[in-house]
Amino acid sequence: MSEHTGVNAALAGRVYPAGEVYTVGREKIREFARAVKATHPAHFDVEAARELGYRDLLAPPTFAIIVAQRADAQLVQDPEAGIDFSRVVHAEQRFTHHRPIVAGDELVAELHVDQIRAMGGGAMITTRAEISTAGGEKTATTTSSILVRGEGQ
Amino acid sequence: MTIGLETLSVGQEIGSRTIEVSRADLVRYAGASGDFNPIHWNGRFAEQVGLPGVIAHGMFTMGAAVQIVTDWIGDPGAIVDYQTRFTKPVVVEDTDGAGAEIQVSGAVGAIDEANGTVRVDLTVTSAGQKVLVKAQALVRTR
Repeated sequence: MSEHTGVNAALAGRVYPAGEVYTVGREKIREFARAVKATHPAHFDVEAARELGYRDLLAPPTFAIIVAQRADAQLVQDPEAGIDFSRVVHAEQRFTHHRPIVAGDELVAELHVDQIRAMGGGAMITTRAEISTAGGEKTATTTSSILVRGEGQ
Repeated sequence: MTIGLETLSVGQEIGSRTIEVSRADLVRYAGASGDFNPIHWNGRFAEQVGLPGVIAHGMFTMGAAVQIVTDWIGDPGAIVDYQTRFTKPVVVEDTDGAGAEIQVSGAVGAIDEANGTVRVDLTVTSAGQKVLVKAQALVRTR
């Protein structure tokens, strides 16, 4: 596949260790919720979140993408990976929540490159971010597949 | 949760919604998510890389589509698993109002009484084409 896309298939199996801590802020939750047109009060009003049993503002179901894509950037920007970001399209995404993310969480993500395979003239790259608190509590597992389009795709 | 599994049946509809998408929505999503890929805001760039025009972030569509599940269950934190494939891009025209519309509907796909979970299957289309495929949210009901 490398002759078409430049993607280095030898990176499959690589693990990028957890980088800097991402602190989940109340205003970021509100901003992200507005951006996906989410309207539930638990994203905006601390009291509403607490009434549902959460410690603080509740993040929307896809909020973890912020942390996951920061982790993915380690691979996408790795010169060894050979990924042309302008040819990347998102193909699949999954979130598995071990517990809901709330404001005040301090999160880290370990990135696993699970698979790199040829697809047409391009390359499909599947990554998995294991997101936990800085204290080691498992929070979410996200799986993402991106297609690096080959010429003419 | 207020939804009793015994009241549900596979195939039962849980709701539907039309989402209007403007270029401003894509700029807002880019800022909120940190995904500044120019294919989501720069028409010249999008066309140069072979796309039909500026397209919505797949994650915008995925994030907005799940709202009907939240409305149904009443607690966004009850959505324990959510997945999709992105099959067709949502092209967002450069207009003053909505540059695209996304239609979302949901139905009960499976009921797991042992685990107290319900799988909701979402149908998500734009301009008559499915833009998300195998869009499934697993919801905890207790």
